[in-house]
Amino acid sequence: MAEVLVLVEVAPDGSGVRKTTLEALTAARALGEPSAVVAGAPGTAASVKAALAEYGAARVYVAESDDVDAYLVAPKAEVLAQLVREKSPVAVVIPSTPEGKEIAGRLAIKTGSGFLTDVTEIAADGTATQVAFAGATIVHSKVTVGTPIYTLRGNSVTPEAAAGAAEEETVTVSISEAAKQTRVVERVVEQKSSRPELTEAAIVVSGGRGVASAENFSVIEGLADSLGAAVGASRAAVDSGFYPHSFQVGQTGKTVSPQLYVAVGISGAIQHRAGMQTSKTIIAVNKDTEAPIFELADFGVVGDLNTVVPAATEQITARK
Amino acid sequence: MNIVVLVKQVPDSGSERALDSADNTVARAGADNVINEMDEYAIEEALTVKESQGGEVTVLTIGPSTATDAIRKALSMGADKAVHVTDEAIHGSCAVQTSAVIAAALSQLEYDLVVCGAESTDGQVSVMPALLSERLGIPHLSGARKLTVEGTTLHVERQTDGGYWALEAQTPAIVSTWDTINEPRYPSFKGIMAAKKKPVTTMSLGDLGVDPSTVGLASATSQVLDFAGRPPKGEGVKVVDEGDGAEKLVGYLAAQKIV
Ligand SMILES: Cc1cc2nc3c(=O)[nH]c(=O)nc-3n(C[C@H](O)[C@H](O)[C@H](O)COP(=O)(O)OP(=O)(O)OC[C@H]3O[C@@H](n4cnc5c(N)ncnc54)[C@H](O)[C@@H]3O)c2cc1C
Ligand SMILES: Nc1ncnc2c1ncn2[C@@H]1O[C@H](COP(=O)(O)O)[C@@H](O)[C@H]1O
Repeated sequence: MAEVLVLVEVAPDGSGVRKTTLEALTAARALGEPSAVVAGAPGTAASVKAALAEYGAARVYVAESDDVDAYLVAPKAEVLAQLVREKSPVAVVIPSTPEGKEIAGRLAIKTGSGFLTDVTEIAADGTATQVAFAGATIVHSKVTVGTPIYTLRGNSVTPEAAAGAAEEETVTVSISEAAKQTRVVERVVEQKSSRPELTEAAIVVSGGRGVASAENFSVIEGLADSLGAAVGASRAAVDSGFYPHSFQVGQTGKTVSPQLYVAVGISGAIQHRAGMQTSKTIIAVNKDTEAPIFELADFGVVGDLNTVVPAATEQITARK
Repeated sequence: MNIVVLVKQVPDSGSERALDSADNTVARAGADNVINEMDEYAIEEALTVKESQGGEVTVLTIGPSTATDAIRKALSMGADKAVHVTDEAIHGSCAVQTSAVIAAALSQLEYDLVVCGAESTDGQVSVMPALLSERLGIPHLSGARKLTVEGTTLHVERQTDGGYWALEAQTPAIVSTWDTINEPRYPSFKGIMAAKKKPVTTMSLGDLGVDPSTVGLASATSQVLDFAGRPPKGEGVKVVDEGDGAEKLVGYLAAQKIV
C-alpha cells in the first residue's frame, strides 16, 4: 500500500503528541498508509509511540538527534527530505503551524515538489480543500509537481483511532552544516493556563476591547469556566494589556475551530475572523447592533456584556 | 548594514476579495490593492536597524506594474530605494516559482539582512522567507517579536504560542517579523514628498537571467482546480437584551445541547 509520511508534532511540555498529529494521521489515511516521522531530541519517540499506533501509524521513523532540537526547523526538513528520497512516499502531511509551514516550504525546495498550506481536507486523489481570504472562499487545489506536501489546518479533521503496527525504524541522521545556521538558544514559556488548550478546546469564549480592562476579563473567565471552555482575546484586547498575547485569536494569533465560539465585546474585524470563522457555532454579545460579528453569529445578543454575561454564567452554573 | 525589505502588494483584506474565474488566480485588476499590512512591520524594523547600524534600505517587490503603490508607501516611510521585478510571464506563479525570482533578484543586490513580513494576506502561505533561506543557503530567523543586531550576530525572539524562542545566527540572514515586533510609523508629509524622488529600478526576468518558461501558471507546482464562496451560514438569530438576553442565550445553548 502507498506510504504517506506524517510529521509528528510533540507537545512542548513533553506530554505526548499534539492533537494536530492525530488529525494529520487521520487525514493521511485517505491517501495511503501513514508512516509517522519523529524528528526530535533523543527519547522523543518513546513518549509518543503508543498514540501513533492507536491512530494508524504503520511505521514510526525515529530520527533522534540533539542537532534536531538545537537548530531551527531546517534539520527537520532535512530528515523528511532524506525519507522522501529513500521511501518514495505518495505524499507528506505536516500540521499547519508556523513551524510546520516553514518545514513544508524547505522540503518543497529540497525535493523539487509543490506544496499546499492550511488544507482542511485531503481527498483520495490528492485534491486538497483550502479556505482562502479569511474563510470567505473555499478552494480545491492540487500539487502538480513532485511529491505533494500538505500542511493540515488544526481542528479541520476529527481524529479517528485505527490500529497501526507502529513498527519502529531508526533513521540515521547526519544534519548538514547548512541546516545548522539558526541556533535555538532557549525556549521560554511565559504563560500557562489551567484551562483547556485554546486550539484544542471544544468551546472558546473570547473577549475584546469591549471588556474594557484586565480586571474585567474575569467576566470572560467566569463564563468560560461555567462552560469548561478556553479563554481567547482579540488583538485589541491584547494590545490594550487586558490579556496576554498567547491567547490572541486571529491572523497573527491562534486559529481555532471549536464546536462553539463565543465572541464578547469583539467587533469582528477580518483579521479576527481569520482565526475563528470555521467555528461550528458562533455566539456574539455586543452592544452595537451594527457590529460585523453579527453577520457570522448563529445567535447574537445585542446588549451590554457586563449585564448579559454574568447573568448567563450564573444561569449556566445553576443548571448543573 | 545593507538591508533589503521584501514588500508585496495585495488586495485590501478589508474589502471584497475574489479569485479570477478565468484562471483561478487572485483577482488583482479590480481589487483595492494595498501594501500587505504585515510588511509594514518589516519596513519599520529595517528602518530601525538602519538608524542604529547605518547603511541603506532597499525595497524589493515582485509583482504587476500596479505594485508601485506599495513601493511608494515603503519609500515614504523612509526606505532609500527600490527594485521592482515585473514581467507578464510571472502572472499565476506559485510560491515556489516566485521564490526563485526573488532569490535571483537578491543575488544581484548587496545585503547583510533581508527582512520580510510573516505572511501575505492574499495567499496566506507564510513560507516565502523559508523558501528563500533554503534557496540562498542563508539562515532564517522567523516570527521575530524582537531583533537585536550585534556586529554580524543577530538575536531574535521568535514569537511562539505561549512565549518565545531565543534564536541566534550570523549575517547575511533573513528575518521575518511578527506583528508584535514594533508599531509601524506613518509616512510624514516630508517623507511622502521625498519618496517621489527616490530611485525605483524596474527589472524583467531577462534582466535577472530567469527563463520565463519556469514561472507562471503553466509550470506552477500547484494549481487551483476550482473555487466557490463559502456556503452562507443559515440566517442567525439576533435578540436585543431587555433584561432577558442572558436567559435567551442560555436557552439557545440548551437547545443546542451545549448546557
Ligand atoms: C497585521 C494585523 C494583524 C492582526 N491580527 C489580528 C488577530 O490575530 N486577531 C485579532 O483579533 N485582531 C487582529 N488585528 C486587529 C484587527 O484589525 C482589529 O483591530 C481587532 O480585531 C479589533 O478587536 P476588537 O473587536 O476587540 O475591538 P473593537 O474593534 O474596538 O471592537 C470592540 C467591540 O466591543 C463592543 N463593546 C464595547 N463595549 C461593550 C459592552 N460594554 N458590551 C458589549 N459590547 C461592547 C463594541 O461595540 C465593539 O464592537 C490585526 C491587525 C493587523 C493590522
Ligand atoms: N511577490 C513578492 N514580492 C516581495 N515580497 C514578497 C512577495 N511574496 C511574498 N513576499 C514576502 O514574503 C512574506 C511572506 O509572504 P507569503 O509567504 O506569501 O505569506 C511577505 O510578508 C513579504 O515580505
